[in-house]
Amino acid sequence: MRFHINGDIREADVDIRTSLLDLLREHLALPGTKKGCNQGACGACTVLVDGNRINSCLALAVQYEEREITTIEGIGTVDQLDALQAMFVEHDGFQCGYCTPGQICSAIAMAAEAQRGLPSFVTPDLAAQAIRLDHDELRERMSGNLCRCGAYNGIIDAIRATFVEEVA
Amino acid sequence: MESFTFARAADAREAIALASSRSETRYLGGGTNLVDLMRETIERPRTLIDVTGLANEIAVRGDGAVVIGAAVTNTALAEHRHIRTLYPVLSRAILAGASAQIRNMATVGGNLLQRTRCYYFYDNEAAACNKRAPGSGCDARDGFNRIHAILGASPACVATHPSDMCVALSALDAIVHVDGPNGPRTIPMTDFHRLPEDRPDIETMLETGELITAIELPAAAIARRSTYRKVRDRASYAFALVSVAAAIDVQDGVVADVRLALGGVAHKPWRAHQVERLLVGQPATHAAFRVAAEAELADAVPLRDNAFKIELARRTIAATLADLVP
Ligand SMILES: Cc1cc2nc3c(=O)[nH]c(=O)nc-3n(C[C@H](O)[C@H](O)[C@H](O)COP(=O)(O)OP(=O)(O)OC[C@H]3O[C@@H](n4cnc5c(N)ncnc54)[C@H](O)[C@@H]3O)c2cc1C
Ligand code: SF4
Ligand code: FES
Ligand code: FES
Repeated sequence: MRFHINGDIREADVDIRTSLLDLLREHLALPGTKKGCNQGACGACTVLVDGNRINSCLALAVQYEEREITTIEGIGTVDQLDALQAMFVEHDGFQCGYCTPGQICSAIAMAAEAQRGLPSFVTPDLAAQAIRLDHDELRERMSGNLCRCGAYNGIIDAIRATFVEEVA
Repeated sequence: MESFTFARAADAREAIALASSRSETRYLGGGTNLVDLMRETIERPRTLIDVTGLANEIAVRGDGAVVIGAAVTNTALAEHRHIRTLYPVLSRAILAGASAQIRNMATVGGNLLQRTRCYYFYDNEAAACNKRAPGSGCDARDGFNRIHAILGASPACVATHPSDMCVALSALDAIVHVDGPNGPRTIPMTDFHRLPEDRPDIETMLETGELITAIELPAAAIARRSTYRKVRDRASYAFALVSVAAAIDVQDGVVADVRLALGGVAHKPWRAHQVERLLVGQPATHAAFRVAAEAELADAVPLRDNAFKIELARRTIAATLADLVP
């Protein structure tokens, strides 16, 4: 199977049952994406496919051949943090850090969704052209990512500082 | 998970031909339910036929009806401008379900066929379940059944249908387009899912090998004023205890037309015909909504842990309608 990951083309000869998450972690040496529940319920395994966030644990790898996959390894490096990663550091957006790669990937796609006008369940007027990312919107839109340490306030502050203040 | 062979279909005919030429096949949408069930070995298909490459379009027909391809993702459907403005109940119902990550993967076809979240159904190792193993019994009936059905259940099964999207589709009188070995046909959404009776393992009217190709939304001016309300144990990312999809048309303070369906209460999305019949011609007041809601729940049967759902459903019906009336 052939995959496009973080700008590289990667080949892997894996069992048809392999999830995208296991492919990344076990076969392609990209352990940044984390396995939490393995059932779609925690968001730790969030990666981007063609810029959209998905749970890689419920994804069969074979369905994602030839798509553009971005993992946390493709977002920033230790020497050159992405803007959102820098804000996570500044605002104490993590404790153990286990959920952080998923939170970062998720928030990047979340900002793009809001930018193109995708409403959420708490958006008052679904027909509105522009989305204001207030506290309720951010909480609802990030609810697919759980953090067992409860670093939510820092996570929300980091996302606000990166995507909301920048827009305002 | 047991092993399987994988095939990608180029079009509906090829998908159906592949399904008929092999045994124990399943069509694969986003995999958000099927992959999970395969891991638990509750589903053990020998062949998966990927249908996410088929029918990705949302088209508005000349007569105003909207035809939604079965492979359209839940996000794309909720986001579509025509749906957001003319059928807000459908957008909001979809946005009430799962998480953004899952809605990006989940397809319309897969959402219709997602299976119950009854814990005993998922407990392949230890629980008796007539839906999973016909004739084995039902551990939910006298067990932990807080999330189970209060309407239309049978002694064989008290599970609920978990979909939010399907509740809105039921209220909107959507039509399911299918194709299969015997050719194409349509099934009204309100008839698509079955009540459990003595065969809870048979959940829909689909025949073996039939593929969902599209969902049709008839033009419905009433849907402009519509919404979806979901009551659950936490504010988001949880299945419904009770949900209400409602649309209403009020003229001079009187209900001219109303559509209402309930989620979380039955083995299928529950179209509230009683509410609809009783309200047309009545004043659009909270008192009238409450009377209609009481009639709808008159035949509700509580289980050990879920009697609270009866009053919850009555209140949610009345409150949702009241919110829609200016
Ligand atoms: C953690 C979690 C929380 C969730 N919360 C909610 C919630 O709150 N509300 C809600 O409504 N849903 C919820 N869901 C369920 C989710 O919406 C469904 O899993 C999803 O809609 C299924 O779509 P899919 O495309 O991934 O289907 P798949 O998993 O690919 O398939 C499901 C079934 O449909 C069949 N199928 C797929 N496409 C077709 C077709 N075209 N024709 C015939 N058969 C087909 C498959 O064979 C399979 O039997 C949740 C899921 C998870 C994992
Ligand atoms: S309620 Fe239905 S799905 Fe749940 S255990 Fe009983 S038979 Fe199985
Ligand atoms: S590991 Fe994928 S959602 Fe939890
Ligand atoms: S920082 Fe530990 S789980 Fe979120």
